Formats: sequence, C-alpha cells, structure tokens
Amino acid sequence: MAKHHIEATVNGDAVEFLCETEDTLLDVLRDTLQLTGSKEGCASGDCGACSVTLDGRLVCSCLVLGCEVAGRKIETIEGLAKGETLHPLQKQFLEHAALQCGICTPGFLVAGKALLEKTLDPTETEVRYWLAGNLCRCTGYDKIVSAVMDTAAAMRKG
Amino acid sequence: MGETNGHSQANGQHYVGTRQIRPDGADKVTGRARFGADYNLAGQLIGRVLRSPHPHARIVSIDTSKAEALPGVKAVITRQDFADQPSEFIPAGEMMMNYKDVVRNVMAREKALYEGHAVAAVAATSTAIARRALKLIDVKYEVLPHVIDVVEAMRPDAPLLHDDLFTVGVEPKPEKPSNIAKRVEIKQGDVAAGFKKADLIIEREFKTAPVHQGYIEPHAALATVSEDGSTELWTTTQGHFIVRAHCARLLGLDIGKVRVTATEIGGGFGGKTVVYLEPLAIALSKKAKRPVKMVMSREEVFKASGPTSGATVRVKMGATKDGKFVAAFAELKYQAGAFQGSPVQPGTMCAYAPYDIENVHVIGYDVVSNRPKVAAYRAPGAPISEYAVESVVDEIAKKLGLDPIELRMMNAAHEGTKAAYGPKFGPIGLEETLNSIKKTEHWNTPLRKWQGRGVASGFWFNIGGETSVSLTVNEDGTISLMAGTPDIGGLRASLASVAADELGVSYDKVRPIIGDTGSLGFNFLTGGSRSAFSGSMAIVEAAKQIKAELCARACKLWEAKPDQVEWKDGAVRPLGALAEKVKPMTIADFAKVSGKTGGPIGGVGRINAQGAGPSFGTHLVDLEVDPETGRTTILRYTVAQDAGRALHPAYVEGQFQGGAVQGIGWALNEEYVYGTDGKLQNAGFLDYRMPVASDVPMIDAILVEVGNPKHPYGVRGVGETPIVPPLGAIANAMENATGIRFTELPMSPPKVLKALKEKGLNKV
Repeated sequence: MAKHHIEATVNGDAVEFLCETEDTLLDVLRDTLQLTGSKEGCASGDCGACSVTLDGRLVCSCLVLGCEVAGRKIETIEGLAKGETLHPLQKQFLEHAALQCGICTPGFLVAGKALLEKTLDPTETEVRYWLAGNLCRCTGYDKIVSAVMDTAAAMRKG
Repeated sequence: MGETNGHSQANGQHYVGTRQIRPDGADKVTGRARFGADYNLAGQLIGRVLRSPHPHARIVSIDTSKAEALPGVKAVITRQDFADQPSEFIPAGEMMMNYKDVVRNVMAREKALYEGHAVAAVAATSTAIARRALKLIDVKYEVLPHVIDVVEAMRPDAPLLHDDLFTVGVEPKPEKPSNIAKRVEIKQGDVAAGFKKADLIIEREFKTAPVHQGYIEPHAALATVSEDGSTELWTTTQGHFIVRAHCARLLGLDIGKVRVTATEIGGGFGGKTVVYLEPLAIALSKKAKRPVKMVMSREEVFKASGPTSGATVRVKMGATKDGKFVAAFAELKYQAGAFQGSPVQPGTMCAYAPYDIENVHVIGYDVVSNRPKVAAYRAPGAPISEYAVESVVDEIAKKLGLDPIELRMMNAAHEGTKAAYGPKFGPIGLEETLNSIKKTEHWNTPLRKWQGRGVASGFWFNIGGETSVSLTVNEDGTISLMAGTPDIGGLRASLASVAADELGVSYDKVRPIIGDTGSLGFNFLTGGSRSAFSGSMAIVEAAKQIKAELCARACKLWEAKPDQVEWKDGAVRPLGALAEKVKPMTIADFAKVSGKTGGPIGGVGRINAQGAGPSFGTHLVDLEVDPETGRTTILRYTVAQDAGRALHPAYVEGQFQGGAVQGIGWALNEEYVYGTDGKLQNAGFLDYRMPVASDVPMIDAILVEVGNPKHPYGVRGVGETPIVPPLGAIANAMENATGIRFTELPMSPPKVLKALKEKGLNKV
C-alpha cells in the first residue's frame, strides 16, 4: 500500500510527511521530522517519555498513529522555549536540579506545562497524580514536583 | 554546608558546595541533548535481534538463507560470526571478565540459556524488513528442562546449565558440575563462641525477588566499520572505555582502532556497564559495510538485560540482654542468571559492615539459573543482605525492648572499627546519620492505627579507580574540561564547580564535556559511586599542573625566582618586594599572552584514584497499610547519609531521593514474575510496576558531611548507598504497622493481604 501523505502543524510550523499505516506519531516525529526530543521508553503508553500535546490535549505520541494527525496541531518539547527564553517550567527544572539523567525530562515538561494550562494552583497531590503517567527512575520525583509547584506559584504572581 | 577548603577565586567566590545550574541543563530541558537512540548516520541500516523463545534449549541448527535472500537485508549474524573465547578471567579495566561467558551472552552458541537470549541478528534497510527477516531465520531447538528458582537450581538433580561449571571455593574440588559457580566466605573471630555469650539469638530466612534497574532509556548503539577495520561506535553506556575493551576483545580488533562515544545516558544504575547490542552492531556493520543502528524494545530490556539477583538469605544474630551484638552469621544464595557473576561477594562483605561485631561469619553462593545474566544494580548485592540483617536487628530491638536507633548506635561501626570484610574504617558517619534521624521532627511524630514507622541503616564501599581528565585554557581564558566518565546525574556540574574553584574562574567559564575514547586516557566506568570522587581528584591534579606552569611563566615574565611568586585566590601573585613592581596575573591574563610565553596552557589528570571513603546512611519511613486491599502507602520518608563533602548538594540530595524511591519499588512492588514455562510474564512497565509520582511523598534529605581525609575536598561517593536501607526500613515499618514480620520481598498487596487474612486482621 502506498504511504499516507499527511499535513499537520508541529510547534507552529506547517509540516508534511509520508508515513506507513503502522508508524506512530512518535516514529514520525523522531525518524521523519528529526524531532528527537520526544523519547521512546516503552512504546506502550506506560512511561510518558514521548508526551506531546495534540490540539492541546496531552497524549503519548507512541499511542497515536502518524496518519491520525492530519490537519491537527502538535506541540513537542522542541516548541516549549520561545526564542531564547526558556519556559518558566524549564527554568525551574534547572534551578531545582529536577533532572538527573534527563531522558524523562521532555515528557515531564510537556505534561507539566499541560497541567499549568489547566490550573495555576494545583495541590501537591494533583501534581503527583497528573504526572503519574510519566516515569522517572532517577529523582524519586521530589524535585520534579517541587519544580512544578514553584512554577505554578511564580506564574500565579505573574 | 561544609567548611571552606582554601581554594577560592580572586573575588572570593566558591562554587563547590553550591547549587549551580548544570552546564548541560539547557540542552536537556529543550530536547536538544542526544541520547543513545537519537544518533543517526547517512545510509544507516536498522539492526534487530532474534531471541530465544525457550528458557533452556540446545541450538541444533540455524538456517539464515531465507532471511539473507530477502530484498533489503544486508547482513545476518549468528554464533558463527564470533570467535569462541577461552574460559579465563582477564582484566577489562578493573573488572575481571570471563569472555567465554560474555561472548555467549551477547550471542548464544551451544545453547539458549534464557528466554530472550540473542540467537541471531539482522541488518536491513528498514525496521519492517528487519522484522520480516527475523521470522525467516529457521532455528532448530532441542528444548531442555529449565530451572528458575535459586534454591531449586542448587539441588543435585536440577537441570544443568553448564557442564563445565564446577563450584569454586569448596574443598575438595567437586567431581561433578553443578549450577553453583562459587562459594565465598568471610570470617572474623569465633562465631560459635560468640553465640554462647548471647542472651538472645534470632534466626530468620528471607527471600528477595530479582528487580530491574529500570532506566527509562533502552539500550541503543550505532556502529560504523570501515574497510580498514576502523570502527566508530555511539552507545548509551556508563563506560565507553569498557565497551571499547569488550568489543575489541569479542571482535578481534585493536583497541586503538575502536573509537567509542558515550551518548547522553538515560539512566543506568549499573545496568549499562556491560555490552549487549554494541558487538552485534559492529559485527553487522562490518559485514554490511554500512552503519548499523540498533535499539532495544522495552520487552527486550526486561528479558535480555539487567536485572539484579533475587536471593535467599539466612541470618542469625546473637546479642546480650543489653543489646551488644556478639555474633553474626549469614548464608546468602544469589541468582547470577544464566552465567556466573552474581553480586554475592559484595553482598557478603556488606551484610554486617554497619556494625562493630567481634564474631562474624558469612557464606555466599553464586548460582546460575535460566534467567537473564544479572548486571550491576546500585550497590550491587548490598541491599539484599543488609535488608535481611536490618530486619533481624529490628527484631532484636523489639525483643530486648530497646529503641531501634539506640540499638544501632550501641553497635555502630565507627572510626577504628575493623570491618568483618577486612579493613579498619577511617572517619565514617554512621553515628552522625543515626543522630540526625533521631533529631528529626519526623522521628517524634505520633502515628495512627495501621501506620508504622521503620528505620534501617546501610553501607556501601565506594571505589576510585583509573581516571583521566583534561583542563585546557582557551585563548580567551575560558576553560574546556574533558572527562571520560558519562554524566549520569549532574557530574558535569560537580566537576565544573571544582575546576572553577581550583583555577579561580567563574563557573560559567568552564565548559565540561564528556570526551570519547580517543580524546583521553583510559577511564574506568561511571559506577561504584566513583565518577565525582575520582573525577574531582583528577581535576585537582590537572589544575595543579596549570598553576605550576603559570607560576613558571610568571617567573619568566617578571624575571623572578620561584619563591617570589605564589598561586593564591585565583591568580599568580608576586611576593615581597616584587609585589610593588608587578600586578597579579589571572588565568585570563595568561591566556592573552600564551603564545608569547610558551604556547598552549593545559593540564591532564591521569590517576588511579585511591582512598574512596565508605558512605553510610540511615533511612526513616512512615507507611500505612490498607487492611482491605493489602496496599501500602508511603506517608513520609527521611534519608540521612554521609556525603563526606557534597560538591553539588542538590545532585547529592537527588541521589538520596532517587535511591530511596528505587528501594521503595524493590520493597513493595517490583519483581520478575515467571510462569512454570520459564517465561517472564511481566516484561513491560504496566506489569512491572515502578513507583510513579503519586506513589511516593517528598523525600527529605539530610546531608551529613564527615569529610573523607583521603580526598582533597573530603568527598565520598554517594550514588549507591541510598538504595541499601529502604528495604529493611520498609519491612520494619510494615512490622510496626501490622505486627507481621514480612520475610519476602516484594511486600506487594496480594502478599500483604494474604498475611493479614491468615492472622484475621483484614477487617477494617
């Protein structure tokens, strides 16, 4: 069967690509569009390292097919910083040392940003449950949760 | 934080001991950092591995002809592509490797020894074609009986994995082969006499399940081999020099022809200290004459890499009625997986290391069974044996009506204690960690019904080892720092802080990179909690050379004698009368005139780091058991550990917190589940359940700093000790919550519920 021709928007840029039916959005992002910031940790939606937003909704890109995203808007870790300015969450992750190896970091940042778009006043429990779809094996989550809470507090103040 | 160290900058700034932003941070929060699977080369092929579906089978024949004929397939490799290796332990870096086993683990030869054992590999123009090709490889197996459990594997009638494996360490030498590779033993004093003095003797048997390191990044390798044999490899590893040694040996290459670059590494915890895909990718590339990229799936990671041993441990301890430990015995049986080499030796040595006990006897067995070969996992072997000991220590406290912290304090190893495994300890911080825990508000907070509090201590040796770094002063006075141990959790930040303090430059003027194997002398791997310890020591050496060179250059420029200049506070300073004539010169001043004063400026530190100070820790945990479901919730957690000196306190805390949560997973949920068919039933993150953010509370970290006198900054390794105490602390808390002494890990909800039911306690 011929490949699918798909047009979509990634981080505000119009993109078009060809993909096989079985190619996931993660395959397309990493292998076709060379956006390797989204990581594959499990390919089964259990680790969250491939988190992106699809029309504003947080998804595991390993559970979305490439041919499903026609005409849709995708935001990845590569679109988080604006120009030379890091997103406040990225800054807080650095200041809190909320990453050790860094492989899960893109997924946590995309997921954390999605939470902050819903609420700037999450409780610690809300942060922990929102991020429960993202695995981190290095940090024990302490500094990640603190970084998200502190970002929310700073953004509340404006 | 700790005292100042005498190294400071012209402006008096110190970076060591402060929380600087990591130099590789921006790349890691923007998705720019390149991990193992993020590397690609033009024209690359995709490599995939065919794995054994059987836990134990003789490989009668492998027919690859159909796969080779498939369009798009460029190379197929099997056991025939690797020369056999003699059975002898030879050094690879500081590890002793038996390459007869290594070559068989990367590619099965006579037999497949576990489900997931590599049997063949292909390289093709696409993943889809590679997958199809694997299905066309015809392997004829003669399925053999298998054995999974360690105790069953030790029986004389157990299915035999290796017919040439004779137990080492027993007299007389056994006449028949068995699955027991080795018996190890440590002895101090007279245990029988010691037990005679005891008022209380407690003996218990414990079991732990194998657990995986659980790094989020699967193994990945990209290799390209030229016609002249020059080989380049990019791989996610804790030690690219070790990968080079292994690949050169397995493929008959000169070490100098193999250049290995360590990509950013997405977690390792010991599991990325060995080779799996690397030699296969090189062999495929050599055959196909094109670059070959290989990445494991998560299922492959579970079935064919890691884990650490499951074990059976018997502990017997004797104490006087006052609580003094007078005798301690233990017998450890550790699973090695399909090839010998479980961490039973360190398990044996660590078991009683936290305590000052006159009479100690520990025996360990290294046992093979039809499971993936174990790999190191954070303080390899120690969490298992120390879990069992800490459980019995807690029971002694209970029986004697003593406070568990007081009991530990009374028996704690301290400066001058001779450890049962050999050395006499220098200054160590176990007592300080116990004291800090005792002083916490946490220790003194009341608990409710179904809640329990547990405490446990832990020990890990730490190592130093061969280390090579370079410092280069650039034309503008900035510093290029090159280290050869992969940065797995903030190493660059720690080393840059040390270099900045040593040379008196700003932290942000130091750019640390991890050099490839062609850029530096040999480096042992990132492991043994050695990289910050040894790396900072090597940087001090390299900086010393730079400072001496600059003093010499200043003497030439100022026409002065060596005793008229000194390096102090970030500059070469003129002394005495000379100080009236010339101004001090900083690194940046020398950089401007380097061409005129002797050429490029730099230093290399090439050391075999000695004097790694052991790190002790004590953990405190509160938990609550749900009697209806058997589920355990961790309510509160405090870690106190001796860091010697924390180069970067935030990353040291991170080690404490991460290790504690890995330990929580080990204690409560994680385990390899096998069916009677010998196949792993939970090879995915859904069924192998590691802790997520909602499973754990904040982890309070107390940095204890009892300086290590053998290190210029007082540093001790910190990475491994944090995973040692959680198992015991949580088991002790479970006992306090339920009244039940659990002796089997994990204490998963079904197991806890069953135990509660047996006691009639499962009613709310």
